[in-house]
Amino acid sequence: MAIFSVYVVNKAGGLIYQLDHYAPRADTEKTFSFPLDLVLRPHDERVVVAFGQRDGIRVGHAVLAINGAEVNGRFTADGKDVLEFLNNPANYPVSIRFGRHRLSSNEKLMLASMFHSLFAIGSQLSPEVGSSGIEMLETDTFKLHCFQTLTGIKFMVLADPRQTGIDALLRKIYEIYSDFALKNPFYSLEMPIRCELFDQNLKLALEVAEKAGPFGPGS
Amino acid sequence: MSRSPGRKQENYKISRELFVLTYGALVAQLCKDYEKDEDVNACLDRMGYSIGIRLIDDFLARSAVKKCRSYSETADVIAQVAFKMYLGVTPSVSCSSATGNEFSLILDKNPLVDFVEELPAERASLCYCNLLCGVIRGALEMVHLAAEVSFLQDRLKGDAVTEIGITFLRKPEDRKHRR
Repeated sequence: MAIFSVYVVNKAGGLIYQLDHYAPRADTEKTFSFPLDLVLRPHDERVVVAFGQRDGIRVGHAVLAINGAEVNGRFTADGKDVLEFLNNPANYPVSIRFGRHRLSSNEKLMLASMFHSLFAIGSQLSPEVGSSGIEMLETDTFKLHCFQTLTGIKFMVLADPRQTGIDALLRKIYEIYSDFALKNPFYSLEMPIRCELFDQNLKLALEVAEKAGPFGPGS
Repeated sequence: MSRSPGRKQENYKISRELFVLTYGALVAQLCKDYEKDEDVNACLDRMGYSIGIRLIDDFLARSAVKKCRSYSETADVIAQVAFKMYLGVTPSVSCSSATGNEFSLILDKNPLVDFVEELPAERASLCYCNLLCGVIRGALEMVHLAAEVSFLQDRLKGDAVTEIGITFLRKPEDRKHRR
C-alpha cells in the first residue's frame, strides 16, 4: 500500500507544493563489456534505451549513473558526453545503472497546469451545473484523486489503486494546509509553500493513511 | 478559542480575555497612530481582510459546509456556523431588501467589546469592531462572492443593537461558471 505523491495547485493552475513519497523505484545496475548490446539514443535531456531490452533494463529507461557516479543529463559527472564515452572501447568494462527517470520540477509544473486545464474542461463538460470537477483518474498502476476546495485550491494525491481512505486524507491535507501554510504570517497566498511544519505534518498524515491499510483505519 | 475536537494535537484554550485585550490594544494603538477615524476604520478593515482571506480555508476545512446555493443560505452559514465557531456567538439574520442581496446580522452579544462601554468623545465615528467587517469581506471574496460589509448600527455609539450589514454585489455577467 503506498501513496506515491501529493500535489497542491493554486487557483491559477500553478503548482505550489509537491511531495514524492514512494519507495525507491527499481534501478538495475550491470557491468558491460565492449561492444554494448543495448542501443542508446539521446532523448530530451537524457540518454535512453531504444532497443535491446533485457534483465530488467527496459526500453525507455534512462542512464542514471556510470561507474557509480550519477550522470548529469547527457553528460557524465566529469563532463564527458555519455554516448561518446560509451563508444570508446578503452573505457570498458563499465558499470551502468538504468532506471525510470524521475520527473524534473519543470515537468511537474507543466503537468500540474495541464491537469488544471483538464479539470476546468471537465467541469464545463458536465451536463449539470456546479459539477465537482474531476475527482478521480484511474489507471492500472495508480489512482489520482483530486479535491478542489470552494476557494479554488486543488489537492491531488497519487496512490496505489487498492489504497482506501484517500478522501479523508484529502480533507486532512486541506486542514494541514489551512493550519500550517495559511496561518503562517510569512506565507503569501498562491505562492509556493515552503513551510517546514507543513512538510512534517503532511508526511505524518501520509504515514497514518498508509498504515491504515486497504480496509481503512483500524485494520 | 479552542480547536475543534478532530485535532490530534493538544486541545488547549486561549483565555478569551487575552484575545479581547489584544484586540483592544490593537485599536488603541491605531487610534494613536492615526488622527482621523476613517483612517483607523480603513486600517482595521484591511487587517480584517487579510485575516479573512486565510480564515476562509480554515473554516471550510473544519466545518465541511457544502457550497451555498443562495445569498440567504450564505448569510445563514456566516451567522450560525462561522460566528459560532470563531466567536462563540450566534447573530440573527434578517434580509433587508426586496432584491434578496442585502442582509443584516444582529449581534446581541459581542465578545470583542467586553471591556468597552462607550467610545471616547473625540472618536465618535470609530467602528470599533471593523475588523469583523474586513474578515467577512475577505472570506466572501475568496469564495467568489463580492460583498460590501459594514456596521449599520453599533451599541457603542448609542444604538439599540449592533448590526452588521452585508450587501452582496452582483457578479459580473461574463462569469457563468463558478469553479
